[in-house]
Amino acid sequence: MGGLEKKKYERGSATNYITRNRARKKLQLSLPDFRRLCILKGIYPHEPKHKKKVNKGSTAARTFYLLKDIKFLLHEPIVNKFREYKVFVRKLRKAYGKSEWSTVDRLKDNKPSYKLDHIVKERYPTFVDALRDLDDALSMCFLFSTFPRTGKCHVQTIQLCRRLAVEFLNYVIASRSLRKVFLSIKGIYYQAEVLGQPVTWITPYTFAHDHPTDVDYRVMATFTEFYTTLLGFVNFRLYHSLNLLYPPKIDGQADVELKPAEGKEYAMDSESYLEKLSALSASLARVVAPTHEDEVEMDEFPVEGETAEQMDARKKEQEALEKHKKLFEGLRFFLNREVPREPLAFIIRYVVGRLSLGRPATPCLPPPVTLRVPPPQWVFDSVNAKLCLPVADYFPGVLLPPHLSPFVTEQEGDYVPPEKLKLLAMQRGENPGDSEEEEEEEEEEEDENDKEEEEEEDESEKEEEMKLKKMEEQKTQSNKVTAGKLRLEDKQRLEQEQQSEEKRLAIMMMKKREKYLYKKIMFGKKRKVREANKLAAKRKAHDTAVKEEKKKSKKARRA
Amino acid sequence: MSPGAAYLDVCILCPERGGRGHTSPNEAQPVVVQGTGVGGPTPLSPLQLWRSVIALPASAIPVHPSPAPCRPGRRQRVCLGRGLDITQLSYPLPPFLPAPPQHPGVHLLEMVSPALTPLPSAPLQDIRNTVGNIPMEWYQDFPHIGYNLEGKKIYKPIRNKDELDMFLEKMENPDYWRTVQDKMTGADIKLTDEQVDLVHRLQKGQFGDVHFNPYEPAVDFFTHEVMIHPVTNRPADKRSFIPSLIEKEKVSKLVHAIKMGWIKPRKPKDDTPTYYDLWAHEDPNSILGRHKMHVPAPKMKLPGHEESYNPPPEYLLSEEEKLAWEQQEPAERKLNFVPQQYRCLRAVPAYSRFIHERFERCLDLYLCPRQRKMRVNVDPEDLIPKLPKPRDLQPFPTTQALVYRGHTSLVRCLSISPSGQWLVSGSDDCTVRFWEVCTARCMKTLPVGGVVKSVAWNPNPTICLVAICVEQSVLLVNPCLGDKLLYGATDQLLESYVAPEEERVQPVQWVTATMEEHSKGVRLVVQHSKAVKQVTWHGKGDYFASVVSDNSNMQVLIHQTSKRWSQNPFRKSKGLVQCVLFHPIRPYFFVATQRYVRVYNLLKQELTKKLMTNCKWVSSMAIHPGGDNIICGSYDSKLAWFDLDLSTRPYQLLRHHKKALRSVAFHKHYPLFASGSDDGTVIVCHGMVYNDLLQNPLLVPVKVLKGHAMTLDLGVLDVLFHPTQPWVFSSGADSTVRLYT
Repeated sequence: MGGLEKKKYERGSATNYITRNRARKKLQLSLPDFRRLCILKGIYPHEPKHKKKVNKGSTAARTFYLLKDIKFLLHEPIVNKFREYKVFVRKLRKAYGKSEWSTVDRLKDNKPSYKLDHIVKERYPTFVDALRDLDDALSMCFLFSTFPRTGKCHVQTIQLCRRLAVEFLNYVIASRSLRKVFLSIKGIYYQAEVLGQPVTWITPYTFAHDHPTDVDYRVMATFTEFYTTLLGFVNFRLYHSLNLLYPPKIDGQADVELKPAEGKEYAMDSESYLEKLSALSASLARVVAPTHEDEVEMDEFPVEGETAEQMDARKKEQEALEKHKKLFEGLRFFLNREVPREPLAFIIRYVVGRLSLGRPATPCLPPPVTLRVPPPQWVFDSVNAKLCLPVADYFPGVLLPPHLSPFVTEQEGDYVPPEKLKLLAMQRGENPGDSEEEEEEEEEEEDENDKEEEEEEDESEKEEEMKLKKMEEQKTQSNKVTAGKLRLEDKQRLEQEQQSEEKRLAIMMMKKREKYLYKKIMFGKKRKVREANKLAAKRKAHDTAVKEEKKKSKKARRA
Repeated sequence: MSPGAAYLDVCILCPERGGRGHTSPNEAQPVVVQGTGVGGPTPLSPLQLWRSVIALPASAIPVHPSPAPCRPGRRQRVCLGRGLDITQLSYPLPPFLPAPPQHPGVHLLEMVSPALTPLPSAPLQDIRNTVGNIPMEWYQDFPHIGYNLEGKKIYKPIRNKDELDMFLEKMENPDYWRTVQDKMTGADIKLTDEQVDLVHRLQKGQFGDVHFNPYEPAVDFFTHEVMIHPVTNRPADKRSFIPSLIEKEKVSKLVHAIKMGWIKPRKPKDDTPTYYDLWAHEDPNSILGRHKMHVPAPKMKLPGHEESYNPPPEYLLSEEEKLAWEQQEPAERKLNFVPQQYRCLRAVPAYSRFIHERFERCLDLYLCPRQRKMRVNVDPEDLIPKLPKPRDLQPFPTTQALVYRGHTSLVRCLSISPSGQWLVSGSDDCTVRFWEVCTARCMKTLPVGGVVKSVAWNPNPTICLVAICVEQSVLLVNPCLGDKLLYGATDQLLESYVAPEEERVQPVQWVTATMEEHSKGVRLVVQHSKAVKQVTWHGKGDYFASVVSDNSNMQVLIHQTSKRWSQNPFRKSKGLVQCVLFHPIRPYFFVATQRYVRVYNLLKQELTKKLMTNCKWVSSMAIHPGGDNIICGSYDSKLAWFDLDLSTRPYQLLRHHKKALRSVAFHKHYPLFASGSDDGTVIVCHGMVYNDLLQNPLLVPVKVLKGHAMTLDLGVLDVLFHPTQPWVFSSGADSTVRLYT
């Protein structure tokens, strides 16, 4: 045989991947720089299909990058900036050591800096791509904006994050795109629909952070560096899509009002601006003055292949959305001091409620017709349910109804908590007012049923006794021939049995791989059912316990 | 000189300022201070005195701008504070005085002390000490205290006063309070009135000079108005109009650096806005292959009801669940938090792992290897193969019809007469029983004195003969059942044997039964050298093969009944033989070893095929009546169906039993086959073989028959089909034989 000897691992998948260390050497970067580059450029390791082949026969745990990705990084201009920065730091240190202050000043003037614009454009070639990846960016910015300014990261970063977060909130208010809110024990989840893309983010509750020691803040800061750039550009585009000025300006009229009359500024200009913006209570200035009633009726373009039903459904959806947007129309909210201000202000502003802070009704306004004092959960639940829930359930002193996650859409076979069922019924327009009475009635009925059941049980016991007696009799008269009983065969059941047997036999004939898959799927299904049953049982036990307690207390009251 | 240090030695070293003003430097009055005097009897040590002086504010120390009365002596630089300019002043210093010290404090004191030496009381006697600036403790143990100018020792003054004397002196001497001891000479010095006055003034923070007026009217030397005349009349320096060489050098260096590109002009400020419309021109060409290959990170899981601050009660963990949650590894937990219920929103605390979770998400984003995985989204019902319904494949046995009881131990083997009327079963209780199939009646019991491993009824309908394996021999038994003519004819056939003239060497011994045995039905005994484990008849009913448990080439033997003649067909052992089988039509012989089935052509005496069973240990084998298909059962609970025309590998491998297969069987006429297993079931399958060679056989399991009780972890040991009816017999470890119809 002629030709060169073919060596192993020189072709195929082994050449498509590169280990991290080799990639680092190829790029001539230190590990922190490499990490930073990967974070900024969005390069992540890949799991090869045949790890052993790629690993050249070894089974050691290694992370692999695509060789193409690393080659792509080679051309990145930021890599050079990293090197420049390293040199800069070295020079600066030297100048400090020699106390050459003029050199220090000169060096600081020429500090190398880089921009991430091109990377954002490269990673997200279209705007929709950027929107899809906004979840983490928002969550991170909201987290960083709550950090204390004590050296966990640069103060400028924190301020920038705060600004961008507030700007985004203002956009959501202006565009009316909030869809869901959820108070979890971790923080508050929000979901907005921005240009058709669901964007979900979480904000922590406003407490001081207990900064953990086992977290590398440098990694988080690098992520934030990229996210702030991304969010800035996204905000710009979003504001312009609404014809709003960016950076946002508070609407002229409000601006005049807010300015102190003496012309003295009580705080730094930029800070007060951010404060005003983050109050979320003023509307924003537009590029083009809004014409009144610019809500033009949308023309309907029937999409091909869409049936009338679908059209109707879409229309209904639209109507529901409109209704949702005008949920709190005409209501006026007074926030108490102890409620978290920002999330509530955000939500109430979003659904066109009008917001006053702290002070109860000001004299110049007509006094509110009915004064209700629902807890904040009512607002959140109403927004999620897309209707004004009855306030009676939420009055102070009453045990609050559970707060359900709006992100869960139960599929068939999943466990649905009864509160959700009630809510769904309410959304369908069924009368929720009678439900309590019904419940009470039901309770009574149930009591009756219980009695009946008990009676039935007694009866059944009697029957059993009779049977036993008969059996004994039969035993004693074993030699006698008794009339045969006609055994009725349950045809349905027989058929079912037959079908299940057929199925069992067919499963026997499955191929090994398919059988494995089938068993896995069935296992998952069974587990789901088991969990749903468990939850249902727990609920039942809880309900009965509560009922009994009620009964006891009632009896105690009667006695 | 370190900035900030104020040198205050001026006024002290000019004691003449304190009073006279015109004294010559040599007569300079030493400043000798004694205690406060205001009734304070304790004398101040010089150090204390100096401390008190130094503690004064710097401004309180008079600095004389005009040193006119002094003779120009050494110039002393006085610096008060960092920002103050230098004031130069001359004042007299004693010629012997050492250079002014670098630091204030103790050294100052030492510097002053020589000035104190000339006692006013004895101006003629010069007893100045020359030891210099040293700690005087060094002279503690010596009688002298130093040396005078002539180099003579200065002796310490005699001090013979005791405490009492001291006290008396203190009480009696009116000048005691102004008497100070000079450390350098050890002599007592009495301060003059002026000196005491000076000390008092300094203590009060006043100027040492009585005549000094600190509040003299200020004179503006320079005004803000531009004067017509220059302040000085001095002509301009030459250097002010000649270019500086040093500057020239510096400039040329800079020019060189600029030329070489070492110094760059300041970069113009980047005036592009921070944020702009980045996606103004969305270019479809910018979507590269990279973006298509991109595996986007999965989004964070959205929270469920259990994460609510006020979840429905069923989502809260019970005590046991909480305990289990705590004991789990953090990575294994289904929820990474414990669901909790709070009364109101106000009571919700901060979530302590919030930053952790964000950080972990960051790590996931940049460290986690990503892989595109195809998620199987199939309906499990679609995976089940569509098979013809068993109902359409009838007839097949469905229910247990009869149970044949009588054996007392495991029933290992079964066989049925070609007519289908009689059943024979061999058991571990050392008997062979003959049953009538339709009535389940035991017609005959034949004790054989050993465990029966295998029975086989002669398939020839004209012969009534059963071969039974008992230990080392094969018994040929005439059961004497059924048609009398038939079994009579069989006996005749056996008796008609004429021994050949020449005795031939045989691997076995053919022995005619004794009278006693004959009466039981045994006709012939074929004695092997080792235990026999299987016997099987050829379809014609003349030949039968037996398998001996041995490792040599003597494992398989073929016997001819009519000639009472046995032969060993193989020269070499190919492994442990499990079972053998004759082809129903053609002269083929199947030998199953542990993993392979070998097919031999008996006429050509050669190996035709070797079938790979893909099993670990073959237990049994059966052949389709057509002769082209074989099934093999194995102890690793597999059943392999071979199509001999198709391949040497199994056409299908069925894994429908849960435990080892013990036996398999084909029906003679119906397209049925059955397998019995240790899990106590008999599975009957429809196995249709088509005449059309292009169509593969159709295998459909049609019935799982259960009935045998499990004993000793064994279930069904043998299965057998009725020759004409779609019935199946099974013998089990529960010492019964069952018939399913």
